[in-house]
Amino acid sequence: MHVDATEKKWVILSFAMAIAMMGILTAYALNKNIHPPSNVEIIDSTTLHLSDEFNEDNLGIKQAEDGSLTITMVAARYGFFPHNMTVPVDTPVKIRIASADVLHGIHTANTNFNTMIVPGYISEVNTTFRIKGKHPMFCNEYCGLGHDYMWSQLNVVSQEEFIASLKKGDE
Amino acid sequence: MYAHASKLSLANMWVAFITFALAALMGVYQVAERSGMFPKIEFIELYYRSVSSHGVIMGFVLTTFFIMGFGYWIIHTTLKRPIWGGERMGWTGFGISLGGTALAAILLFAGEASVMYTFYPPLKANPLFYVGATLLVVGSWVWCLQMVMSMNAWKKENIGEPVPLAMYAMTANAILWFITSLGVASEILFQLLPWSLGIIETIDVGLARTLFSWTLHAIVYFWLIPAYIAFYTLVPKAAGGTLFSDEISRISILMLLVFSVPIGMHHLYVDPFQDAGWKFVHMIGTFMVAIPTLITGFTVFASMEVAGRLRGGKGLFGWIWALNWNNPMVLSGGLSLLMLTIGGWGGMVNASYSLNVAVHNTQWITGHFHLIFAGTAVIMYFSSAYYMWPSLTGRPLFSTKMALLQLWLWFIGMLVLTLPWHILGLLGQPRRIGVAPYSEEVTAPWAPYEFLMLIGGVILFISALLLILNLVLTHFNKKADTPPVMEYAESMHPVINLPKLLNGFGFWTAVIVIYMIVSYGYPILQFFTMDTIGTFPWSI
Ligand code: HEM
Ligand SMILES: [Cu+2]
Ligand SMILES: [Cu+2]
Repeated sequence: MHVDATEKKWVILSFAMAIAMMGILTAYALNKNIHPPSNVEIIDSTTLHLSDEFNEDNLGIKQAEDGSLTITMVAARYGFFPHNMTVPVDTPVKIRIASADVLHGIHTANTNFNTMIVPGYISEVNTTFRIKGKHPMFCNEYCGLGHDYMWSQLNVVSQEEFIASLKKGDE
Repeated sequence: MYAHASKLSLANMWVAFITFALAALMGVYQVAERSGMFPKIEFIELYYRSVSSHGVIMGFVLTTFFIMGFGYWIIHTTLKRPIWGGERMGWTGFGISLGGTALAAILLFAGEASVMYTFYPPLKANPLFYVGATLLVVGSWVWCLQMVMSMNAWKKENIGEPVPLAMYAMTANAILWFITSLGVASEILFQLLPWSLGIIETIDVGLARTLFSWTLHAIVYFWLIPAYIAFYTLVPKAAGGTLFSDEISRISILMLLVFSVPIGMHHLYVDPFQDAGWKFVHMIGTFMVAIPTLITGFTVFASMEVAGRLRGGKGLFGWIWALNWNNPMVLSGGLSLLMLTIGGWGGMVNASYSLNVAVHNTQWITGHFHLIFAGTAVIMYFSSAYYMWPSLTGRPLFSTKMALLQLWLWFIGMLVLTLPWHILGLLGQPRRIGVAPYSEEVTAPWAPYEFLMLIGGVILFISALLLILNLVLTHFNKKADTPPVMEYAESMHPVINLPKLLNGFGFWTAVIVIYMIVSYGYPILQFFTMDTIGTFPWSI
């Protein structure tokens, strides 16, 4: 068997490059806790409207006693509910979504918000929105002939505006 | 006998290229429809029918038939012995695959299977579509068996001799395809078919997606390995040089074989139902599989440099200009490597455990795989076809000039199509959309890139027509020739004392099985221990 000396160096370099990339990803995963959304939790997609969490009245953004924010959403052909949502900038939010019918996906450009929505399971994303303004949230998995009509609006606003919007919602 | 064997290869390849031409036509319709510049052709139902057909044909039909044809021809030209099991067995496999393809095509064209080439449940197609897809795969299993057994028979007749590299790599590809197709085969047999027939009421979509992911990654290496075979054995020969290292090429092929199957869960990075830990394990394997590609790049560049210097090229880069770029095989090798280099960087982004969320299911992905698959891999199918057609048909290639133009157009068209798609993805455009009926505010920034996409699509379509024209005119060329002998590159250093591990697959197959159990065992088993709730079928 014959292996050229330069080639041997390149093989070693190839390994080094791959290991360096794995290392960077591992470091971010361990130190900054950056993982892809990977919730393992089941739900009956046919009876979402009867569930405590995903019934119509419970959808939208909620602030818990401890101040943490949770967004609850339903994806159903062909829309995300609620259609319009306001969140504060630079604030951690937890987003929980369930599908009422088929496979969907949702993402917003320039954010870490991107997840599949799989019937039978609950998707959960923890993220922080850093850019103020109106952002479209698109369905990104083919879900039937209306797939490209499926999108919603996310409004990222300042903390003050957000508190004002919560108050308005209460009235 | 020679003429006989060529018929089987040629039949497979004609199925590949005729269906390719049809799918290219659909491709150009799709870019026109999406561009928004022709409101008269915006029919959403037709769009999805077309994308589903285009995806199935390009992904499953063109590839499988081309690879089968290439494989049979490699047996014939490298082993120089009859195909194990005889040609009749080969024709049987061909018939099964062709029948399945026809059945699936009827349902696709009829709009009964507009579920995309990934056919993710709970969208349900006509059950016969799943039957057709299964037959296509089952027919190709006959080919897998014939590849492996032909190699083994040759080894018995030539004890201690190294299996010719092209044959060794294609046999690796057959094993890879068999193992990887078991994922989708079990999804269809145990889940989709009984469910679409109403025998079972609901299916677990999480399990279905996990099984599909088993197939979805390694299948791209099934498509890519034939291109690597051309890189290793045809490009250096055409360039007038030798293969830089036979042994290292074998090691690359083996690494592709071992690492590409158990890592499919990187397609599920943002899915619920699989824990992050498993995704992490698959991420590690995904970066391991980048290594053989990096090594291949070196081997091919080195082989070409050797050829360039033999032709009198001097200096650091002089050898590049000394190469014979008017040879279709050399040209395609260069263009393909360029596309691989650009597309490879995109692939690193997709593979990244954390960065994937920036691009998952956006138009970036469509851009990425057209560049790597429709570009890098398929351009080598083209040049391999130009190379093989004379030896398959016994007629000289109709026009080398036309072939060169075709390859250049494919390369340019591919860049003009896919680079804007990458940008559209970063701007947020989701994949698999027909008319983009979002607000003006959202779509306005997309417009220039959509226009470029249209131009790229038209260039590609012209290129596809030139290919078919050249192949047809060669086949019916009046100037009959004695068929040229198909030649493969020699290794720069004679292959002596080849370790047994680099000349067979038994050990490596065992390694894959163990690796598969480790990386997919629990992720699949968990669906049987969790109390999951199934999903009913939905129409499109
Ligand atoms: C004439 C050249 C081609 C053009 C203009 C073209 C164009 C397109 C377009 C517009 C789509 C739809 C993308 C979407 O809606 O997200 C598409 C999908 C697809 N193309 Fe091509 N394409 C061409 C050649 C190829 C080739 C050569 C291959 C592979 C061998 C290929 C493989 C695919 C696949 C697998 C899909 C399905 C994607 C999906 O389901 O998301 N295409 N193509
Ligand atoms: Cu959708
Ligand atoms: Cu993959």
